Amino acid sequence: MDHLDKLEAQSVYILREAYREFKNLCMLWSIGKDSTVMLWLARKAFFGHVPIPLVHIDTHYKIPEMIEYRDRFALEWNLNMIYGENREALEGKLTFPDGNTDRITCCKYLKSEALKHTLSGEWPRYRMDHELKRYVPDEGREPYTGVIVGVRADEEGSRSKERYFSPRDKDNVWDVGDQPPEFWNQFKTDFSPGTHVRIHPLLDWTELNIWEYIERERIPVVSLYFNQGSGTRYRSLGCYPCTNPVDSAARTLPEIIDELKSGRLSNIAERAGRAQDSEDGGLETLRRDGYM
Amino acid sequence: MMNGRAQMNIVIVGHVDHGKSTVIGRLLADTGSLPEGRLESVKESCRRNSKPFEYAFLLDALKDEQAQGITIDMARCFFNTAARDYIIIDAPGHIEFLKNMITGASRAEAALLVIDADEGIQENSKRHGHMVSMLGVKQVTVLVNKMDLVGYREEVFEKLKADYSAFLSQIKVTPVSFIPISAREGDNITVLTDRMAWYRGASVLEQLDRFSGDKELHDKLFRFPVQDIYKFTRSNDDRRIVAGTVESGSVQVGDEVLFLPSAKRSAIQSVESFNTSQKLQATAGEATGFTLTTQIYIRPGELMVKPSETLPEVGTRFKVNIFWVGRASFIRGKEYKLKLGSMRVAVKLAEITNTLDASDLSFSSTKQQLDCRDVGECILETSRPIAFDLAFISETTGRFVIVDNYEIAGGGIVLENLSTGETLLQRHIRERENNWEKGLVQSEARAVANRHRSKFIIFTGAVGTGKRAVAKALEERLFASRLNAYYLGVANIDRGLDADLASYVDNGGERLRRIGELARILTDAGLIFITTIDDADDFDLETLKQLNEPNDILVINMGENNFSRYHPDFHLPVGGEVADAVKQVTEVLKTKEIIIEYEI
Repeated sequence: MDHLDKLEAQSVYILREAYREFKNLCMLWSIGKDSTVMLWLARKAFFGHVPIPLVHIDTHYKIPEMIEYRDRFALEWNLNMIYGENREALEGKLTFPDGNTDRITCCKYLKSEALKHTLSGEWPRYRMDHELKRYVPDEGREPYTGVIVGVRADEEGSRSKERYFSPRDKDNVWDVGDQPPEFWNQFKTDFSPGTHVRIHPLLDWTELNIWEYIERERIPVVSLYFNQGSGTRYRSLGCYPCTNPVDSAARTLPEIIDELKSGRLSNIAERAGRAQDSEDGGLETLRRDGYM
Repeated sequence: MMNGRAQMNIVIVGHVDHGKSTVIGRLLADTGSLPEGRLESVKESCRRNSKPFEYAFLLDALKDEQAQGITIDMARCFFNTAARDYIIIDAPGHIEFLKNMITGASRAEAALLVIDADEGIQENSKRHGHMVSMLGVKQVTVLVNKMDLVGYREEVFEKLKADYSAFLSQIKVTPVSFIPISAREGDNITVLTDRMAWYRGASVLEQLDRFSGDKELHDKLFRFPVQDIYKFTRSNDDRRIVAGTVESGSVQVGDEVLFLPSAKRSAIQSVESFNTSQKLQATAGEATGFTLTTQIYIRPGELMVKPSETLPEVGTRFKVNIFWVGRASFIRGKEYKLKLGSMRVAVKLAEITNTLDASDLSFSSTKQQLDCRDVGECILETSRPIAFDLAFISETTGRFVIVDNYEIAGGGIVLENLSTGETLLQRHIRERENNWEKGLVQSEARAVANRHRSKFIIFTGAVGTGKRAVAKALEERLFASRLNAYYLGVANIDRGLDADLASYVDNGGERLRRIGELARILTDAGLIFITTIDDADDFDLETLKQLNEPNDILVINMGENNFSRYHPDFHLPVGGEVADAVKQVTEVLKTKEIIIEYEI
């Protein structure tokens, strides 16, 4: 087995463990490369099927191509696709693009808050109806007790502290200083009422591994990741007002891999194009508060 | 496959402040593995706050940590050499964070153990050495750090090396090497420096590349813990796939396989996978799935092996070595959950044979519980048989964790199978029967007066086989003939008698015992006691039979016969008429002379 085989096997094991132990399980799909690889790994784990609902938090500021891509594969791969949103903030225009909040607060409203209340079932969920080929209000309001998230340890400091199975309390708060132990391949799969567990099958993957795997498995990804003639490409996808492409000539998967390995991106942080990270407190403040 | 680069997990352990994070910071900085600007920005931040720069700050990515000056949790960082990719796990040395250190070390293939040359061997230097060996990390290199503080003197290094080697030999660990370093000054980290010209061994970086990579698991015994059984019928997929990860060995299409503890047999029909070419075999490390040539009923938690190879142990009572990290102590009499391979089972501490203080290696045979951070040799008893290996024969199927109050509270390895001895259950029944106080009415007299003998009747079978309808109709039919029959729904026990059993523990053992005890009393009272149990297996029925003794039990199975040892007294098909089923069961009761022909 090479290193990708090993990473794949470990992720598949974690996904199966989550599926076995959690009754109300969901997987967060941000449409980005990492959670798309995770979705692919679920198809590996369950032999072509995805028996876990996929949850996307729609900020309505996502780059339109991302939403097209989401709905296309939701239908093609027969996914149980669900999205949630912060309707109140969107209707009240309490967002950064509307000029009413800073970037961090906007992230907090449109992502963290929307995520928290979508997971708990307090806010409406919308489910892809495969007959009608559009979203309909979902009747399921049960809180998700297991949430699969595609974070990687190499993304930035706070993510390197995560466990594969990481408990969150009622308010989604992560107590970094007091985490349960993980022995070998035995994880925290028991949880007290009112808490939930975040499951991180991609923790040991690096950005390079992700691209190598996408190439090996021929996983379709959003074309925004490639330079399409402008001399730029997105390295990390988010909302368009806060996400900038990086200068890059990479048009193909081998070029992206080469760029990461030896090229000019090899020493620049992956989320450098994500503006909210550089504000005070940045991602760590967001994550403690429930951000992915 | 485009890139066959090997990857290795290395853990750094050692006493607090002996310089683990500094070693990693140095390795990252000196191999050019830091993101651009990180080194400068940390240096700049130190200058702004007028504190001296330290390499450890590079790792202490979280604010909490910098405030406290200690690594709270393990941080992973990535770097590579020409030989391979490394994940360095920085395990906290502070004693409060032992469970984090265990988390880090249990994933590692090799360990760097850092000892401060100036401060010498401390409590955690020993404790971590011991833990690392128990966790199965075979390759350990000792870094004698802060050599700059002792004038780079060879005799300090040699003395420490001799002392620590003596300690390690007591716990049967032989380190790969000792390296004198100064992480702060960069001595012997990536290259050897002149300041310790007396040292001629490898630098830390060279040593990393010398650790051997893959654990040799392919040639070992085939062990496949069944993680789950999948059948995605709703997505038009009729494959029934036994899913899991091959822990060791390999298996091929056509191979005979045996499932333990159920002892069911079949053969591999196919190796299943998604988006690969067709596979004919699966080997150690692969997360895979199989279909079988025959439809047998097995549950997650079984161990699939090859009957042609040495078989694993099966039992309920075994000797183990445990380290305990739970907030509450590990005590006798309490039911815990044991996770071994894919098996989850209720477990009790039966006995502590001795405890070991890892810091001074003193043994105690008087201690009656394991407190946080204790290591002890104990005897455990599970509520039902499980399949396992002794740790020295097959590492990955010989280790387990114990869950207490939702948390993993301890981990350990199996040393010996003691299952031939009397189990806690057998002893319990023996003592109960020896002390059973009888009334003055003889059971034969009671049977004559009642016009029937007492019986414990269990209906079992899968969920939805219609057991309850038949059981209730049977009660009604017998009652109509004025016989003393009583039906009890198990859900009533859950909400009543078993209400004290917390829902989080796998308390199947205790629930089963209570049904058995109840049956023992009700049959003693002369009743025909009827209940239903979903999906009872061989062990459940054997246990209930024992608990109900000396009285009689009658088992009626509905639908598929999934038993390999227990022989139910009667089988009923699924979907038949209830009245017809009742008629058949009453015939059985007649032939077994529980009721007399003319009474019904």
